[in-house]
Amino acid sequence: MHTSAYVGRFPELRLTDRPRVGGKGASLGELTFAGAPVPPGFVVTTDAFEAFLRAVDAAGEIRAEIESFDAGQTGPIAEAAARIRRRIEAEPLPQDVADAVVCSYRELDSESDMPGEATPVAVRSSATSEDAEDASFAGLQDTYLWVRGAQSLLEHVRSCWASLYSLESVSYRRRLRLPEHDLAMAVVVQRMIDPRCAGVMFTRSPLTGDRSLVAVEGSWGLGSALVSGDVTPDRFTVGKVTGEICARTISTKARQHRMDPSGSGVVEEDVPEYLRDEPCLSDEEIHELVRIARSVEAHYGAPQDIEWAISRNFAPGKNIFLLQSRPETVWASRENKPLATPKAKAFDHVVALLGGAVVRGGGA
Amino acid sequence: MPDSASDRRFPLPSEIADVPGADGWRSMYPYYTRFQPEDDGRFWFYNAMHFPEPMPAFDAITAELPYTALGANTARMFVFPTTLGIEHRIVNGRVYITANPVTDPAEIERRLAVFSERAGFYYENWDELYQGWVGRITELIAEVEQVEVPTLPEFEDAAVVFEARGVPQNHYVRENYHRVLDLYSKMWHYHTEFLMLGYGAYVVFFEFCKASFPEISDQDVARMVAGVDVVLYRPDDELKKLALLAVEGGVDDLFTEGSDPQKVLAALAERGESGQRWLAALEEAREPWFNMSTGAGFYHHHRSWNDDLTVPFAALPRYVAQARRGELLERPTEQLRAERERIAQEYRSLLASEEERAAFDQMLGLARAVFPFVEDHNFYCEHHFTTKFFNKVREFGRLLHAWGLLPEAEDIFQLHHTEVDQALTDVMLAWAAGGQPTGRTHWQQVVAERKRTLEALKQWSPPPALGPVPEALNDPAVRMLWGITAETIESWARPVEADEREVRGFAASPGVVEGTARVLLSANDIGQVREGEILVCPVTAPSWGPVFGKIAAAVSDIGGTMSHAAIVAREYGLPSVVGTGHATKRITTGQRLRVDGSRGIVTILD
Repeated sequence: MHTSAYVGRFPELRLTDRPRVGGKGASLGELTFAGAPVPPGFVVTTDAFEAFLRAVDAAGEIRAEIESFDAGQTGPIAEAAARIRRRIEAEPLPQDVADAVVCSYRELDSESDMPGEATPVAVRSSATSEDAEDASFAGLQDTYLWVRGAQSLLEHVRSCWASLYSLESVSYRRRLRLPEHDLAMAVVVQRMIDPRCAGVMFTRSPLTGDRSLVAVEGSWGLGSALVSGDVTPDRFTVGKVTGEICARTISTKARQHRMDPSGSGVVEEDVPEYLRDEPCLSDEEIHELVRIARSVEAHYGAPQDIEWAISRNFAPGKNIFLLQSRPETVWASRENKPLATPKAKAFDHVVALLGGAVVRGGGA
Repeated sequence: MPDSASDRRFPLPSEIADVPGADGWRSMYPYYTRFQPEDDGRFWFYNAMHFPEPMPAFDAITAELPYTALGANTARMFVFPTTLGIEHRIVNGRVYITANPVTDPAEIERRLAVFSERAGFYYENWDELYQGWVGRITELIAEVEQVEVPTLPEFEDAAVVFEARGVPQNHYVRENYHRVLDLYSKMWHYHTEFLMLGYGAYVVFFEFCKASFPEISDQDVARMVAGVDVVLYRPDDELKKLALLAVEGGVDDLFTEGSDPQKVLAALAERGESGQRWLAALEEAREPWFNMSTGAGFYHHHRSWNDDLTVPFAALPRYVAQARRGELLERPTEQLRAERERIAQEYRSLLASEEERAAFDQMLGLARAVFPFVEDHNFYCEHHFTTKFFNKVREFGRLLHAWGLLPEAEDIFQLHHTEVDQALTDVMLAWAAGGQPTGRTHWQQVVAERKRTLEALKQWSPPPALGPVPEALNDPAVRMLWGITAETIESWARPVEADEREVRGFAASPGVVEGTARVLLSANDIGQVREGEILVCPVTAPSWGPVFGKIAAAVSDIGGTMSHAAIVAREYGLPSVVGTGHATKRITTGQRLRVDGSRGIVTILD
């Protein structure tokens, strides 16, 4: 196994590694550590980016030039950004960085379920800055799907780095006057999965905040159909304590977003008639999703908002994957005061109830 | 029904017309149960939970004494801050009640200080006081059983003379009749002694769970608190033991569906040693465990298992079949205990903060401490004591019948308890005078008239409530014992649901099942229930437990999710919808039904 400061495999990463692997990379690492079935992958660290940048620009001219712009200088910024991107895309990766990335990719490949074919991976940029939440970079960097083979992977890693110097990204940093030397780019490389169905789940009721329930929503194909509102998902409510599926709503799911393995994108299409009114999950899958959700929630110690997918290529029992988990925020923000606090004596609770009921109704 | 906000009211008491053919109902109940003109200004609701049928004259005592006791407990003994007591009225044979709330904040404050001290004493010493209570109620049951009903011999017992006792038997006719009533009164005081405090502790935990887990089912809250060694399950457990014994002794062939208990007993007597052994075991189990009323203990005609073996014998064939297959196992108490603990610990761990977990521990601990009383008092009071009580009254009925005052001993229940006093006085005088009672024609006519009146009263559908819709309904007794809230009253004020095929109630026990309806209007018909049917009845009672073993689901007009019927349904894992209001009126025997016990909906399929 290859070890290098330039890559970090998911199982080795924790949230505290965020400065060198980015927010996305760190959270996938933590989720993997939590025991969740995250599609395997690794992160090309900010050290790799720094090593590359030193090779391209030992004198630090790129960073100095960008810092010289004001936010309003759109023309000069566009010209400089294009020039910098060309420079980056022409530069080969330093040998030790390339070796580390290829070696990690081969490891993924050796665990492939499709032997003989190069493992398809998703390549995502995960920028970090000491001065800004990486959420503010969201959407400004690129994601490449269905990347196959080591050579293609290296090119796409470099494309991610180059995307830091897109017009939008640079303009954004100038607007916030962010120092360039803090800025770094990690790249997440993760095995692609082709979901039969996907969705989200909340480890509390989205309707009432009830922490004893898990709400699971899902539809055919990619989760993007559900998130974008293109389809009304199936909905299941499961009691954590009882383990019962206490409510189920099967919707007519007319549309799906599907991976297009031949290209790099996603196709949007009609769901075949015979599948539309079928539940997208079996009871066994629901129970397994809930089991995983509960263990993730226990790991983080707070209710979670989770993205999941079920692969069409893997056998039952090994086909469930989590794509992301983050703390639930809507109900958490309302929990500023405990519903009850201990009293001097247990029966004081009863005295309070019996003494207070009519005061509320009649007095106030 | 009301529809505008300014005129939101139910029918007024003064607007209730006499039921045709039953205009004599007033003579059955004393003046203090009658609606007064000023009662039109107050909100009343029909206590269908306890009194689902018109009251026979004597049975009015099962309203009079509970309310004597409940109010004394809340208003005077424990000085509940926000409620005094319950008032009751009878119209067309139906019992309506209202609570007297305390609304002045200063008054509530003053009462709260007294309440805290007094209630605190009971909560702090609960286990010890409850043990004492079990001793007292057990003694009371023995006392009522031992009351002698004088036989009034031609010559007084010689001992009265030779021991110079001085007091002959006719005196004891009245003294002992009063004693029976006095013991019944005491039973109700014991019943209410822990009742409101017990329910209060449970409701605190219940409401905290509902606030913390807004979608938690009532069942799950109850499952965290419910006891495992519940006295109320014992009668059913005894039946299972008898079923096992029947198989063991090879007499199991005698227990078949629909057979007459008396014939089974006679056949057993012919079956040698194992038949004798079974009969001896039955005798052993009957006291006290067969003192289970087939109702809730509020009507004389809801006989106990001991009085009518039909109910327990209806359950035996199924248990015997299970025992034969080796499937009849004892309740896995250790497993149930562990499961109860697991559920409580899991909910606890899901709470948002350590503070809440500490409060949860306090509330759960208190709820569990009070729950033995909540679960078991019905057996001691409504079942065991009440069975003995009504049977003792029957003995006085036999005396009145023997003196020609009643067509049958059972007709004593057509007389109000104060009228029984008069009839007994008639006998006391007649015995002393050496003559005949003067009331023979009078009482014979009264009994015949009242039987007709009761039949006519059964045809009436009482409105769920009377009077103006109250602005606030917060009385803790009404909320805890009857489960009635502002929302309940709203639903009463709304017209009947649009979907004619649906009957809605409380989701009492989860699951969905389809089957054939068996509508039972009287508990005495329970022997008609067949394997796999859906029981539809006015009110289910704990004593029906065994029949739950053969039905597919249970639906009742009355009862909440804390009712014992709901608890038994959950114990048997059957879907159950309770408190539907009128399932027995909308459903007929033989109809196909779907019962959704998770959502509280019964659908009539044909």
